Parts: sequence; C-alpha cells; structure tokens
Amino acid sequence: MDKKIKLAIGLGSTCAGCDIAILDLKEKILDLASLAEIVFWPTAMDFKLSDLERIGKNEIDISLYHGTVRTSEHEHIAHLLRERSKVMIAFGSCSCFGGIPGLCNLTSREEIFETAYKETPSTVNPEFITPQTETTQDGHHLTLPELYNDGKALPQIVDVDYYLPGCPPAVELIERLLPIITKFLETGELPPKGTVIASDKTLCDECPLTKENKMISKIFRPHEIIPDPKRCLLEQGILCMGPATRGGCGARCINALMPCRGCMGPTAEVKDQGAKMISAIASILGVENEKDLSEDEVEKLLNQIKDPVGTFYRFTLPVALINRRIKEGG
Amino acid sequence: MTQAQQPKARKITIEPITRLEGEAKIDIFLDDEGNVDNAYFQVVELRGFERFCQGRPAEEMPRITTRICGVCPAAHHMASSKAVDAVFGVDPPEPAKKLRELFYCAHMVYDHIAHFFALAGPDFIVGPDADPAKRNILGLVEKVGQEAGGEVFKHWGYSRKILEMIGGKATHPVCGLPGGMSKPITEEERKEIEDMAKSCVEFSKFSLKLLDDVVLKNKDYMDLITGDIYYHETYYMGMVDQNNKVNFYEGDIKVVDQKGKEYAKFKPKDYLNYIEEHVEPWSYLKFPYLKGVGWKGLVDGKDSGIYRVNCLARLNVADGMATPLAQEAYEKMYDVLGGKPSHATLAFNWARVVEIMYASERLLELAMDEDITSQNIRAIPQGIVGEGVGCIEAPRGTLFHHYWTDEEGIIKKVNLIVATTQNNGPMCMSIKKAAQSLIKNWKVDQGLLNMVEMAFRAYDPCLACATHTLPGQMPLEVIIRDAKGNEVRRLSRHLYPKPLGIRVDVVP
Repeated sequence: MDKKIKLAIGLGSTCAGCDIAILDLKEKILDLASLAEIVFWPTAMDFKLSDLERIGKNEIDISLYHGTVRTSEHEHIAHLLRERSKVMIAFGSCSCFGGIPGLCNLTSREEIFETAYKETPSTVNPEFITPQTETTQDGHHLTLPELYNDGKALPQIVDVDYYLPGCPPAVELIERLLPIITKFLETGELPPKGTVIASDKTLCDECPLTKENKMISKIFRPHEIIPDPKRCLLEQGILCMGPATRGGCGARCINALMPCRGCMGPTAEVKDQGAKMISAIASILGVENEKDLSEDEVEKLLNQIKDPVGTFYRFTLPVALINRRIKEGG
Repeated sequence: MTQAQQPKARKITIEPITRLEGEAKIDIFLDDEGNVDNAYFQVVELRGFERFCQGRPAEEMPRITTRICGVCPAAHHMASSKAVDAVFGVDPPEPAKKLRELFYCAHMVYDHIAHFFALAGPDFIVGPDADPAKRNILGLVEKVGQEAGGEVFKHWGYSRKILEMIGGKATHPVCGLPGGMSKPITEEERKEIEDMAKSCVEFSKFSLKLLDDVVLKNKDYMDLITGDIYYHETYYMGMVDQNNKVNFYEGDIKVVDQKGKEYAKFKPKDYLNYIEEHVEPWSYLKFPYLKGVGWKGLVDGKDSGIYRVNCLARLNVADGMATPLAQEAYEKMYDVLGGKPSHATLAFNWARVVEIMYASERLLELAMDEDITSQNIRAIPQGIVGEGVGCIEAPRGTLFHHYWTDEEGIIKKVNLIVATTQNNGPMCMSIKKAAQSLIKNWKVDQGLLNMVEMAFRAYDPCLACATHTLPGQMPLEVIIRDAKGNEVRRLSRHLYPKPLGIRVDVVP
C-alpha cells in the first residue's frame, strides 16, 4: 500500500514493557511499517520537543501513549500528542487506568523522597539533599522536570478515543490494530469512540480452569497452598481478580497457575474494578447470604484479605472512585 | 558550513529517553575556550517503588517489582522471588531452583541478543566507520545476509517462547513465589526447550565467529576498544559460584580492584556492609559506591569508591566460565585484551557475547537435567523471618532486593539497588571523557554523536531500551543555534524509521 498513516508513540512513566510488546509482533512489525509512517517514537521528553511541536494540528493520524502521567514532561507530551492527533489511544494499563506506578497515590511525593533519598539503609545523605527542579552546580544551571504528587491515567489529562489495556497488552490485541488501520486508510472509518480493544467479557469467561460454583470459607495467600491445576483458583480460596477483570489477555497468568491481578481493568458495565471484586468476594465467601454469621465472623472472614486496596486496585487506583490516600490531619 | 561560521555554543543538551529509571538527559557545558568544562548525565524521573510497595503482601512483590523494567522484568522477578523466600524462611526444592535458573538463562539469552545485535552490533559488525544510514539492524542484516539475520530473530523468539512457557508472560512473568515456582514443565515442553537451547548454542558459536571475523580483524575498531577514550580504572563487582566462576542466579558477590586483586567477597545478604549510595540534587538517580573506599565524586582510581557492574565486570571478577565453550571464548577475550581486569568500556560488548554462549550452554545443561520436569517445585513456608535479601545478576549487573515485613509478611520497608544505578557514576564519567576527547575549540561534529553514543551504549543502560530494539543505533540529532536561537546547522543520523531516542540541542 502506498498510502500510510502517520503514527506517533509517546510515553509517560513507563517500564518500556509496552515497547517490547509492540516488538513482540515480530514479523508483523513489517506489516505495521507498511501501513504506518512512524513520526515519533520515544523522543526527547522536554520542553524542546521542537520536532513534535512543528507538526500541525491533526497531522498525526494515530497516537499511542503508554505509561502513567507522573511528571510535568509526561503531561506536556500528552497534550502535544492530543493536539496533533486525529486519534489518541491509551496503550497499556498505566495509560488506561494508572497502572502499578499509580500506586504512588497511596503515598506522596514528600514520602517518596524521604524513603528514596533518606530512609533507605544504603543511602548516605545526612543533609537530606533531594533532586531539585533547578540547581546550579559549579556555575552550571541544571534542570529536572517536576515530579507530581499524584499519578494519573491518560484520560484524566486529555480526551482519549480508544483503549488497549494489558500490562503489557497481549500481542493478539496489538495485532487487532492492523485491520483498524487498514480500514481507516481505505475508507476513513474508525471504530466507535471509547472502544476498548479487548474482550467485552470477564476473564472468567475465557479462563481454562473449571468452575464448580463452590463457596469458600478460607482465603489462602498464593504461597500458602499448592492449587489443583484444573480447578478455579478463586474456588480454591486464592484471590483471583478474574470476576472483576476484562478478558482478552489470553489468561496467561492463569496458564502459569497464578491468579489474575486485574491488569486488563474492569469490563464496560463496571465503573470501579475494586468495588466489583469486593462484591464478588462477598458472594463467594457467602457473607451476603449467611444471615447466621455474626458480625465478628464476617469481619474475621474479610480480615483474611491482606491489602485489599493494593490487590483490588493494583492497576486502577488513579481511576478508582476513591483514588488517593489523604494524609490524616493534613 | 565552515568551522568559523559555527556559533559559540555554551551548553549542549542531549535528551535521550530511558525506561528502567525513567528518562535521562545529558548536559555538556563548555568553557571560554570552547572545551568541555563538565558533563552531567541526568535521570529525570523517580517512581518511588521503595515507598509504594510498603503495605503490600511480600508474596506479591515478585509480581509488582517486574514493573520496574519491562526489558528485564525477569531479573526483578527472580531477585524478588529470592528475597521473599528469605522473608518467609523457606528454601525452594532443588528442582524449583533449577527451573528458575533455566528460566533466567532464557532471559539472559533474550536480553543479550537484543543488545548485541540490535544496539551495539551495528557498531561492531557494520563497523564504526560505516555510513550511519547502514549502522542499524537492517544494515546488519544486509552485512551478514538475510539468512543469518533471520537466525537473530529466530533465537530472540526462542528465548521469548521459553520465558512465556514457564513465566506465563514473557514480559512481566508471574511464575516465582515464596518457596518455588508456580507450575512444573511437562516432558513435551522440556524437549522443546532442549531443542531450542541446542539451537541457541549453535547460534552463540555463530555470534562469536561473527565477532571474530568482522570486529577483531578490524584494526580501527580494536584501536577504539583498547584506546584511552573509553578507558576507566575502576573497581568491579559481580556474582561468582563456589569455584569463582560467573553465575547469574546464585553465589557470592566478589569485588576486585583496579589491578584485579580481590577487594571483597561477601554473601548478598551482607551488601549493606559494602555498598552505600550518594545523592546529587541534579539527578533523580542515586550514585552507589563502595562503602569501604568512600564517595570521592565522579572520578576513577583506587581512592574512589566508584565501581562497575554488568557483563565485563562479571568476567573481570571471576576466574572463568562454568561451561566449556564460554570458557574458551573467555580465555580468548583476555588474551586479546592483554589480561585481567580489562578497563576497556567497549569490551563490555565483547563480554556480552561470551555470556550469550554461557547462558545458552547452561540453558541446555538445565534442559537436560533429570530434575527439570519434577513436580517437586514448591515448598510451603512454615513461618516468617520478616527480612530478606534477594540477589541475582541482571543482564546489566548485580541486582539487590531487600525487604522487611511485619509478622504477617506485609512489607514495611524496601531497599532496591538496581544494576543500571550502579553504573550511574561510571556512565557520567565515560560520557564526560568522550565529550572532552571530541569537543575542542567549539568544534562539535558528527564524531561527537558516535563517541558519546558508544560511551554509554556499552553499558547497555536501560535508558537505551527504545534503541535496544528495532533501530540498530541510537539515533541522534544535533541542532546548533546562533545567538538569536535560530537553527544554523543540524547534524543528524537518520535511520529507520525516523530519528528518535536522542536529540542534541546546542544552545548558545
């Protein structure tokens, strides 16, 4: 095909796993290259983004953005790409929902600095020197971008057209971009705004393990039990985010016999992934039906869940209904 | 444009993109004569894992800390799995340890192939003097032939496949937990891994021969390797087994001095007696140094605590390799370089190929081990210790995870000493030295791009992850502006698909 779309790939706070995921397309990378001219892939994340700045409004057809928005630079590039792109896709869980770096909302910039630059036992920093946005060293002026107090998902910063979740997105989901691009090139048509490029069902719907609709009375942490490799992990007492999580990932973690941690985010009908999971747990523990249970017993059951926030909102804290810890008295 | 017309640039900013530690940039300052006064390698982001992991259940750490790096998640996954073994006081059964090591060798093969062939390889194989447009993975394929190029992708794919088979996902694997591994492999899978491992050994032979034919016989390149621009006399750190051979998964940590003499040898859990970290206000990344020597700033030599990690450091501290073909390659390398230790930064690229062979041979040994399909890969923890250190050799160097928990195994404190961080100081020094060697009397030319690029690419910092991959070289662009800020000259290295990764802005 002679005609190509213009594609940009920008990023926020990221581990680069999303870049590697794109490369896992292997030979299909060439298909992508035949459909798209890549005009911007991880470049300078600074205010001198002159190349990108020179691109006019809507001149980029599709932008992918991966990573959490965590610094002034990340936010800047999100705006730059949005203004210049016809289509903006949140690529990967960090961009869609905040991801694991979004767990920073359980703490604060101040506390992160204290830990990293003072409390960690290998750090020797009696004067508690911390990185500064502006500093002068031997007469040389040096700058650093500002680290924000909160981590944010891309849709909290700019308007997002489509979502491609996963940590990182499964290769078969990334492949689905190819026919979307082809159709766009040929007819100018695009999927409806807000489309999530994944399954519409939950992970449980595609899980290879067998569900017997059993209730549980005890919750096991993954290292406390050797599960039956054929049966539903949740029904064996291991917390698995499957009921509250969108499918499409190929159930890869389950294939390694480890429970889901929810990286695909919630399904369309659920707004808050953690709230959905809490109701799923309540029902499998029999808490809501067991009128015979005393409050103490209910509490005892629920107390078995260690770190509910870090488990149920592992990848979605920044977009949760309650999305940050507020410091007491402050 | 002649040199006389060039504006007097005072500050050169190189803005690369990084992954593991976030992003980074380089600021080079010139003095009144137009020579390099100082250079700063700045990491411009902090994510705060050490803080936000507090409150998480320890057994979840192997699945959270993978997100520190999407290029070497298996390294964090394994270091973390070992740390939580210690936290819960559980010793995984032998077959679990072997399965972890097999998994980890596959990771080393994948990571080193990606670096050597896609990133550093073009320098070596296409040649440092080649047309910049050819110095990328496509040029490399052209030089070695389509068939050989296909072998590179094939073996990259093999190692990814093994990682997914055992880890569930190749990027962000999930198989490690306190006491062992989540799932055994079947005999069918074992056989498939054995076949792929055999192929990897053959591929390693090909890689070593390629290095021999194309690089070692190239005098210009050998002059660069052994020359002064890329030379730093530092301490070295790496993991060794009980025979003082290189080991990636288990062993003691050995440190040698500038002469190759043992400076220290310690159990990973005692790392705090040997390593401290310094903070500078101009970078989010800390600067580790040897505690016993002390922080003396960004300088090399015996009195400075600066040490280096990564493949060349591992080979420098060890007495050899534990497998026969890797040992052969190891001996040859030091013969050519003139003995141990080697202080030649560019020799990191050579050591990496020696390690591809070791990782492949060890992968094959383990795939043929009769224990490897054992179902006995889990031990259930019976109590809690509340503190644990996990250490492995990440592709980029020694990696420490240290956790403290309460009596229920909930994380109270975390300390991470990451491979690339330990080379932070040395990278700063190497960049400064390369810049000083090249920028004289206001003259900034295409050579700067080469030299600076090669200086820090040799360390394979995770900041180079983007260029780890498709484009074969770190793309660079230098913009020189006049006093009014107008662009007067632009030097760039175009490559497929477009310049990316680094831009150099010369601001008057």
